[in-house]
Amino acid sequence: MTTQAVAQSLASGLLMGLIYGLVAAGLALIFGLMDVVNFAHGEFLMTAMYAAFGLYVAFALDPLASAPFVAAAMFVFGAIVYLGVVRYAMSASANAGMVQIFATFGLGIVMRGLAQLLFTPDYRSIPHSWLGGKTVQVAGIFLPAPQLAGALVSLAAFGALWLVINRTDFGRALEATREDAGAVALVGIDRKRIFALGWGLGAALVGLAGAVLAMFFYIYPDVGASFSLIAYVTVALGGFGSVFGAFAAGILVGLVEAATALALPPSLKYVGIYALYLIVVVVRPRGLFGSL
Amino acid sequence: MSESLLDVRGVTQRFGGLVANADVSMQVRKGEIVGLIGPNGAGKSTLFNAIAGVRKPTEGSIYFEGRDVTDLGAPQRCALGVARTFQVVKSFETMRVVENVMVGAFVRTASAAVAREKARATLDFVGLRGRENAMAGELTPPEKRRLEVARALATEPKLVLLDEAMTGLTPAEARQGVDLVRAIRDRGMTVVMVEHVMEIVMPLIDRAVVLDLGRVIAEGPPKEIVRDERVITAYLGERHRARSA
Amino acid sequence: MQDADPRLNARRNNLVIACVCVALIACLPLVVKDVYAQNVLVLTLMYAALSQSWNILSGYCGQISLGHALYFGAGAYVTELLFTKFGVAPWFGMAAGGLVAATIAAAVGYPCFRLKGHYFVIATIVIAEAGYLLMLNWDYAGAAMGIDVPVRGDSWAKFQFLRSKLPYFYFALAFAFVAWLVTWMIEESRWGYWWRAVKDNAEAAESLGVEVFRSKMAAAALSAFLTAIGGGFYAQFVSYIDPESVMSFQFSLLMALPAVLGGIGTLWGPAVGAAILIPLTELTRSFAGGSGKGFDLIIYGLLVMGIALGRPEGIVGALSRRMRRSAA
Ligand SMILES: Nc1ncnc2c1ncn2[C@@H]1O[C@H](COP(=O)(O)OP(=O)(O)O)[C@@H](O)[C@H]1O
Ligand SMILES: [Mg+2]
Repeated sequence: MTTQAVAQSLASGLLMGLIYGLVAAGLALIFGLMDVVNFAHGEFLMTAMYAAFGLYVAFALDPLASAPFVAAAMFVFGAIVYLGVVRYAMSASANAGMVQIFATFGLGIVMRGLAQLLFTPDYRSIPHSWLGGKTVQVAGIFLPAPQLAGALVSLAAFGALWLVINRTDFGRALEATREDAGAVALVGIDRKRIFALGWGLGAALVGLAGAVLAMFFYIYPDVGASFSLIAYVTVALGGFGSVFGAFAAGILVGLVEAATALALPPSLKYVGIYALYLIVVVVRPRGLFGSL
Repeated sequence: MSESLLDVRGVTQRFGGLVANADVSMQVRKGEIVGLIGPNGAGKSTLFNAIAGVRKPTEGSIYFEGRDVTDLGAPQRCALGVARTFQVVKSFETMRVVENVMVGAFVRTASAAVAREKARATLDFVGLRGRENAMAGELTPPEKRRLEVARALATEPKLVLLDEAMTGLTPAEARQGVDLVRAIRDRGMTVVMVEHVMEIVMPLIDRAVVLDLGRVIAEGPPKEIVRDERVITAYLGERHRARSA
Repeated sequence: MQDADPRLNARRNNLVIACVCVALIACLPLVVKDVYAQNVLVLTLMYAALSQSWNILSGYCGQISLGHALYFGAGAYVTELLFTKFGVAPWFGMAAGGLVAATIAAAVGYPCFRLKGHYFVIATIVIAEAGYLLMLNWDYAGAAMGIDVPVRGDSWAKFQFLRSKLPYFYFALAFAFVAWLVTWMIEESRWGYWWRAVKDNAEAAESLGVEVFRSKMAAAALSAFLTAIGGGFYAQFVSYIDPESVMSFQFSLLMALPAVLGGIGTLWGPAVGAAILIPLTELTRSFAGGSGKGFDLIIYGLLVMGIALGRPEGIVGALSRRMRRSAA
């Protein structure tokens, strides 16, 4: 194996890792905000991919161009899911933890069923996107253009997220709510509104990720399953609820996956990720960057 | 005296930069009722946690019946005879009242029938007869306090740690609480209690240990304690002076 | 003197009801002759037992596992590996599978029981998925191709029946009854009380002498053991296993849902839930799902959401609360 090949593979791992971070960001945001894990997260991603696909088919809109629209639509969708489902799950009188889990799980199953109904279980793809099949060469390393664009979108999204969290009133309210939701109610911040916006923002982030993935990944009703697993691992690695922990952990996951693929047959490409996860669970259960 | 049941030796508990207990030493003799008092945040609950084995202190050691128990966890200390209640009640909400108490009783027996009998007797003792089949979640706050005490007593402890067991009670309920503490002692148990309402504790306790900012600042019979200048400034402060004025 | 303990009476009544139910169900094949319907019966009984097993760890002890497919798969694979490679009768295979699963559960629990709430749930999902991946790649166990259970003829000794489903039906009934009985015994045992205490408030439990970690380990081991018996049974029943058919995530979900529907942490919840859910899923699948249109998923998902949001304490939980109200 040449150093060239190693560098090549780690570079694609890095790009993929940035995208994984983006996929996980919304999950981490919502978890940190209100201690709820969205078990329909993978299906949110799937929905966003179909949205990008739909816009491509209907208006010949390239995923890169439709990404903002997809994100906006997912924002609305996320807020609706909070107001229509999660809000009630959180107010359950008995077994609240269980209710949340199965309410979002059930939602995910419904979304998958709807996707099958509307689009059939067939694999779809966007054949002629702007960047499809193109590569960029940097220092002798070939980077697939869609992945590169996705990684850049991820970087931009995390940058924007950082600004939103640290520089806006909404961000401050978000931060205050995640520290102490009870106290926040006392100072007049409407908790429900913050939660709804949090779900919107989380869904918008996964919406971006979905649009980006639609450039180079197959689109099918079950596509969310494997990505959601990676997202859980990423969020657990980063430290639950830590958005920027998810960013760093996403990169790590991408790199480990690429390294595993170098050493093991492709069917075992997730082994490295699971091993990493298990080690972290044993050694540092709160995650790499989590504070608990 | 040789009859020292509990011996806390130089216990320090740090939370990051915060020192919640600073070199605390205190002894409790068998059969005593000791009041652990001090302003909010003085470190009383933290000290209880150290004694009950919830958290190992950063420094220092704890002896129970002459044995070093510093490294033992909470369940083992319970088995040795240390029981505690929590300042914020922690009932098993989805279990019945009698079942809550049975959990405590099971530390001495593996038989559910025996545990149930003992739980019933204990509920009678704390005045919760008739409520045993209610769900713990349905109890009123004062009843929940009693349940906490019953659960602790069902473990047949030698030392009972009561953390603000009377906070939030009406004066009449608190008087019943005082009687209950006396009855506990009369059954041969030793009591250390954290309490805020001075009017209630002072006549009840044999001895007070006063904590402030994590340190023991005074120790002695209640009569002397209330006159102690350090205690007055640290704790009784405004309220006491306002009262005597 | 205390008057007769209502709870002990209720326990005796429960046992009587269970025995009557078992007797009645045992007579069902006299009426139900259709092979498909018998198939549904077997699955219903099996999921009642599996969900009862899941309920021990997740319902009573409060450690929500969505990775029980791992133990199910362990039971199936150990049974069939021993059967096909060493000719060991499935009876011993199931017992061995149970022990292997209990060991895995302890190994998984050791790091994971320090995790709280969602951290734990996620860990169970990921670890089960890792197990699935390993089985997909383990050549000795057939990897993705799985194991075809060789036909050795109809016999109880080999626990293999080709002509009639009925023996499987009776085994499944016995399995469901045993799982129920184990739960029934646990309810009035020290472990049972400790587990419920751990679920409700671990810190308070510790201060009352409960070894929380050990309690969770014991619940996990017992739960996994029973689940693996189910896996071994299922493998013999369908006589072909591969990672997809015994270890995929849907099994983890299917073990949890009957208990969720019927009432988590209740004695009757899993059985009641399975009796409703399994025939219903089979029906929707055969009527709506054949074309792969996704109707079955939609109905199923709505059901799951409906259960979670509408009846968080489950059917049995809601009923017993109403009975307590009217008694008070
Ligand atoms: N687990 C903990 N982590 C960090 N700080 C703690 C913890 N427990 C207690 N403290 C701090 O230690 C100090 C003493 O607390 P506590 O023992 O509860 O006081 P008291 O019971 O006398 O009111 C307080 O400042 C409290 O904030
Ligand atoms: Mg306190």
